[in-house]
Amino acid sequence: MQIDLRILRFDPERDKKPHWESYVVEADPKMDRILDLLHRVKWEQDGTLTFRRSCAHGVCGSDAMLINGRNRLACKVRLEQLGRKITIAPLPGLPVVKDLVVDMEGFFSKLRSVQPFLVNESVVPARERRQSAADRALIDDTTKCILCASCTSSCPSFWAKPEYVGPAAIVNAHRFIFDTRDEAADERLEILADKDGVWRCRTIFNCTDACPRGIKITQAILEVSQAIQERQV
Amino acid sequence: MINGYRIGEGMLAWLFHRISGVAIWLFVVLHVFDIYLAGSNPGLYNDLLSFYASPFGRVLETTLGAGLLYHALNGARIIVMDFWPVMTRYSRIMWYICWVVFVAAGIPVAWVILKPIWGA
Repeated sequence: MQIDLRILRFDPERDKKPHWESYVVEADPKMDRILDLLHRVKWEQDGTLTFRRSCAHGVCGSDAMLINGRNRLACKVRLEQLGRKITIAPLPGLPVVKDLVVDMEGFFSKLRSVQPFLVNESVVPARERRQSAADRALIDDTTKCILCASCTSSCPSFWAKPEYVGPAAIVNAHRFIFDTRDEAADERLEILADKDGVWRCRTIFNCTDACPRGIKITQAILEVSQAIQERQV
Repeated sequence: MINGYRIGEGMLAWLFHRISGVAIWLFVVLHVFDIYLAGSNPGLYNDLLSFYASPFGRVLETTLGAGLLYHALNGARIIVMDFWPVMTRYSRIMWYICWVVFVAAGIPVAWVILKPIWGA
């Protein structure tokens, strides 16, 4: 089957603004994924096409992009889910470095701002810090994040106000705020109680719909909002 | 499409909520103005009331009622999710329920407002 592929291209050394380029690619809709199409274009038609990818199996999260108007991982979307006409653009709301590669520095600096690591100053036990199954269940969902930025870059609140910490940072904060072994929940809640923290969420659900890991992101954001109010941070 | 992004139910719910919110605020400004006219310029106030009672004014009034009703129903949906985050799993279903209530409550109200146009 022939696929009509349109890709939003941008080379900062050549172009003043992004432009669409079209490619016709032969593909097997049952077997091929968007990433296979991109490889075919790069290897057989235009070697200058630039995009990120690493594991190619939906684990590393490096090939998130805007595919037919929705943020998805190129390695997880099969062609049979999309049809013959496909458009691909870089993640919206993030500065484009080249073609489908976006600058993730702002995204990661917001992630770092919520301290996405275990804080525990108590005496280190001889073996692991144990946790009950029920306590672990509180953070089951939010541990699944692969930091692909699909959620944050799909959020209209983030497009309007890039200072917004964004769904991904809140999800990763949630993972430690509700971790019974952690001792810095109040600090994280204070950071997220800022005007550019959780209150910018408008329950639009783009983040939840875009997450390739199926994380219930809006629910996690609202749980953090409730924790802020209950602890009166 | 907004910012190249396909509009789903969640984005539509938010867009309608924002548009109806701004429209309601504009009406409140108009309402403060017309009440002010009642004391300062009764003639103009009466003219404005006549406009409200005209067919076009009644269509605008119906639109205002629709905006108020949607904003209230979707606002209740958001409040439910704010208090019980687990309800976010049913956000789509709740939005469709909003529309069912919107139609069920909105049609009789629209009929009451619009029927003088047909002399009913």
